[in-house]
Amino acid sequence: MSTKGRPDPEQLLRQLQAEEQYYGRGRLKIFLGYAGGVGKSFRMLDEARRRRERGEDVVVGAIQPKASPEVDALLQRMLVIPQGSVGGVPTMDVEAILRRHPQVCLVDGLAYDNPPGSAHPKRWQDVEHLLSAGISVIATVNLQHIEERREQVERITHKHVTETVPESFLRNADEIEIVDAPPDFALQRGSNPLFVNGTGSPALSPQQLSELREIALLLAADVVDYQLEAYLVRHGIQQLWGTCERFLVCVSPYVDAAKMIASGRRNADRFHGDLFVAYINRPDATPEERSVLERNLEEARAVNARIEALDGDDPADAIIEFARAHGVTQIFVGNRMRNSWWDRIFGQPLDHLIRAAENIDVRVFPA
Amino acid sequence: MSDSPHRGTLKIFLGYAAGVGKTYQMLDEAHKLKDEGVDVVLGYFEPHGRKDTITKAEGLEVIPRRKIEYRGAMFGETDVEAILRRRPQVCVIDEFAHTNIPGSEHGKRWQDVHILLDAGIDVLTTMNVQHLESLNDQVWQFTGIRVRETIPDWVVKQADEVVMVDLPPQALLNRLTRGVVYTPEKAQQAMENFFKESTLVALRELAIRQTAHEVDVRHTVQDETQAAATSGEDQGSSASPRARSPECILILITEDPSSAALIRRGKRVADYLQAECLAVCILRDGNLQNIDAVQREAVEKHMKFARNLQIEPSVLQGDDVAQALVEFARSHKVTQIFIARPQQQKWPLAFGRGLVERVVRLAHDIQVTIVAERRR
Repeated sequence: MSTKGRPDPEQLLRQLQAEEQYYGRGRLKIFLGYAGGVGKSFRMLDEARRRRERGEDVVVGAIQPKASPEVDALLQRMLVIPQGSVGGVPTMDVEAILRRHPQVCLVDGLAYDNPPGSAHPKRWQDVEHLLSAGISVIATVNLQHIEERREQVERITHKHVTETVPESFLRNADEIEIVDAPPDFALQRGSNPLFVNGTGSPALSPQQLSELREIALLLAADVVDYQLEAYLVRHGIQQLWGTCERFLVCVSPYVDAAKMIASGRRNADRFHGDLFVAYINRPDATPEERSVLERNLEEARAVNARIEALDGDDPADAIIEFARAHGVTQIFVGNRMRNSWWDRIFGQPLDHLIRAAENIDVRVFPA
Repeated sequence: MSDSPHRGTLKIFLGYAAGVGKTYQMLDEAHKLKDEGVDVVLGYFEPHGRKDTITKAEGLEVIPRRKIEYRGAMFGETDVEAILRRRPQVCVIDEFAHTNIPGSEHGKRWQDVHILLDAGIDVLTTMNVQHLESLNDQVWQFTGIRVRETIPDWVVKQADEVVMVDLPPQALLNRLTRGVVYTPEKAQQAMENFFKESTLVALRELAIRQTAHEVDVRHTVQDETQAAATSGEDQGSSASPRARSPECILILITEDPSSAALIRRGKRVADYLQAECLAVCILRDGNLQNIDAVQREAVEKHMKFARNLQIEPSVLQGDDVAQALVEFARSHKVTQIFIARPQQQKWPLAFGRGLVERVVRLAHDIQVTIVAERRR
């Protein structure tokens, strides 16, 4: 499940500033599918048809072989740039596309490996080249080819994939569109050679397809979340959106951290959200307190939580400030704030925390 | 809801705004089915004057709407009787969340759809994510719009399939600008309100996550069915690690308006954790009839709302709300109590007397979630 937090706003801003220097760069749109045969190529060509009807200059740079009849019908009305060849292996002719310089170029199968000796080893790098030359690209890719999700997908399909595209390439696309169709639709095409994408692999079961579909949707949600964040940063909007559930577990040496962290992980998984574990930096903590805390953080690391040390005179304020900055929707705290250094110094931090937690739920765990 | 073997299947095309192409994609599927020889009719279809959609409906049989007069004007609603008489294999019904005009047999279109499903007719329908009851507060938070036409989550959960109809917000805004979705004046107005890019991006993310959840729930159920089948054990067994959640959530209902958001939130968390969900209202003498009319009306409204979401609320007697709540929780093996965060102005200076603090102290072995009201 997703364990990374939101992007660092500073980093995002720098990135956006860099993007703005790319004036004149083409726009990239990617159709994302969860398996072969869900209709990505068709959707891409259908969009190309509509754009041509609106007067845009569209060409086909690369298309998967053995297309379905619907795809063939659309393809017949398109201008296809013939494939080039490197060392006798046919491949997308980037030079020819650059010479032709269309407004929009279609590139099927982003993850394709170019033959040795090509200008770029990967097709997505060719696309990068077209974009920087000011050509817009509409492309397709399947979930199994996204580098960061590959292992997860392989555990379901038991098929090893070597050709991959980094997830960052998807994140930086101008638009990403999910081609979602329930498994039975994909299965109907099981008899179609397109479905197995010419690899000769057996078709997947409905259960496997359903699991892939979920992963693809979550990947798309992550990409969209990243883009939302970028949008908010670009427009200077600071708002707690709460689109994705984010859990913040506050640990101290005085709470049953193991139970809270396990619950946080389970909740984050069920909500497909993020998990943070935070503790307050206390220079005056005793060696015993430190060792208990360290054990707790060990638990947090074991479940892939993002761990944060918070500083501040008032623990409740520090927690709330962190929660706001990271779009946290639920804060988990232990009910053992009493009899601890918290209480000795700050009175009733639980009361204070709940008061300050506007828009955020607080879950209090038994000691 | 009868689960007869002949019950029709329900497929929902889920979008995040008008104009993303839900109806279009649904009609496309209707045509594909028709081409395969399936008997398909359009039971209710809302073209909104969109050219593409109208063209797409051509060639499909339409069941005329039932005319209903209300306050001197004529309205057309789904003619359930006519569809039942016609008995198609598949019926297309647009806008699942629609509220029928007074005088219709059912208040909600989804109730009409249930009649068709019960009669063994498969239904294709459309809805936007913002119509889902449990998301009502969240949607209000980032759109500023309180959606009135909602569908309880359990109704959507009963659907056999939920498909996401996706369109990037920029493309949707382009469609608006080109006048594909609304007339130019209305489009301009829409873009200043609901159709702001940031709003659309957020709604889209919500729709994608919801679809992922729907997919997850469905294959988890499949897992369990398969596990039960292969192990030859009955449903109650712990054959699958995810089979039965050990969690149970209890929501405290009061007359305070925050109860509605609390119920939605508690139920949503329960659904995601696949936990049981209970609700209680605690009164001094345990009798709703003995409290003042305004208070009673508010409590009854919240209890009705809970029932709508398939939570059966209990009314308890108790002089001490915190104590009665925790006792009920303990006797019902509740793992999480949901209470509303007191409104700022209602916070007493001495927190020690506050309900939240007392519940937390008494429930020393139960988790307590204090739900904050969502503000914009």
